[in-house]
Amino acid sequence: MSNTVHVYDARADHATVTAESPLAYSFQRSGMPAPGEASGEESRAVIGERAFLGHLILRGGAIVLDEALREVLGIGLPGRPNSLTVDADGQRSVQWLSPDEWLLIVPGDETFGLETRLRAHLGGSHVAIVDVSAGQTLIELSGEAAHEVLMKSTVYDVDPHAFTVGKGVTTLFAKTSVILRRPDESRWELIVRRSFADYVYRWLLDAGAEYGIGVVREDRHESQ
Amino acid sequence: MFHIYCPYCEEHREEEEFHPKGQAHIARPEDPDACSDEAWGDYLFFRDNPRGIHHEMWLHAVGCRKFFNITRHTVSYEILETYKMGEQPTVGAEHLAREEKTAREGKTDSVQVAEGGQQAVGASDAALASVKGAQA
Ligand SMILES: [Zn+2]
Repeated sequence: MSNTVHVYDARADHATVTAESPLAYSFQRSGMPAPGEASGEESRAVIGERAFLGHLILRGGAIVLDEALREVLGIGLPGRPNSLTVDADGQRSVQWLSPDEWLLIVPGDETFGLETRLRAHLGGSHVAIVDVSAGQTLIELSGEAAHEVLMKSTVYDVDPHAFTVGKGVTTLFAKTSVILRRPDESRWELIVRRSFADYVYRWLLDAGAEYGIGVVREDRHESQ
Repeated sequence: MFHIYCPYCEEHREEEEFHPKGQAHIARPEDPDACSDEAWGDYLFFRDNPRGIHHEMWLHAVGCRKFFNITRHTVSYEILETYKMGEQPTVGAEHLAREEKTAREGKTDSVQVAEGGQQAVGASDAALASVKGAQA
């Protein structure tokens, strides 16, 4: 038995293939209505995908992981269940998933370096770090009716007064599951499994139709 | 529909997020090679089916994905408490006996036997016997 951990840079930057976001197919097949396009009225809900982010699952003891993360990234683990910590410029976040599990999301090109530095800092600690970037994607939902779209879709209480900024939960969404969080006043984030991304996207288009839901394509393109 | 308090998430969640996982606190025989076939069979296959308080495991499947315990009344469906794995319940069968005694003393006509022989909470042995007699 060997204790060697093999760490790979899973990003496609250096490869010759073009990276496709999990929703690339859905955008083509189901379309990308501009906000308000379908209803002819002003759009009250907007969705957009933030693809190619780095998603790392951290497992282990809270104290050792918190210390390493503060040292390497400058933000700590959220102290309470169902909560979220976001760094100053809003690009990096850590979310509580379970008593020994957290989801760390950073810009895609930082993933490998961050994982390497975390591993170096953690040394032989009893922890696990798994890069799940390829397995899920982040869908952003905003607009004044964003929570109304969510109310149609999840059993969780998404009233903005109950689901306050800084909260994040894993719950049901339509017939699948989702990690739902609120990083700031104006946005909701849905982290969905890649294989369910198309389902969630089409569900959102349908559920949001009455609010004139539209899609905004992110302008930050994957650098090739 | 249950509204279940997850001791790990520290909040109430909808039943849909959970899976029941059967009886809790089943101890594996200390030395399987040395225990009797009967003891091993009991451990593997035989489960309690009480009318009243039941300690059971549940999984917060779409949530924190942790197992925990629920003490539930199998007739009223009331959830009396939830507690983490490795912890012991504070509500048990004695608690139920006490409650039922109080209920019986407070109300002598609390025996209700529904048609078809299903008895409600608080049915006396005499009422049970009469139902069984009627069915026989
Ligand atoms: Zn939970």
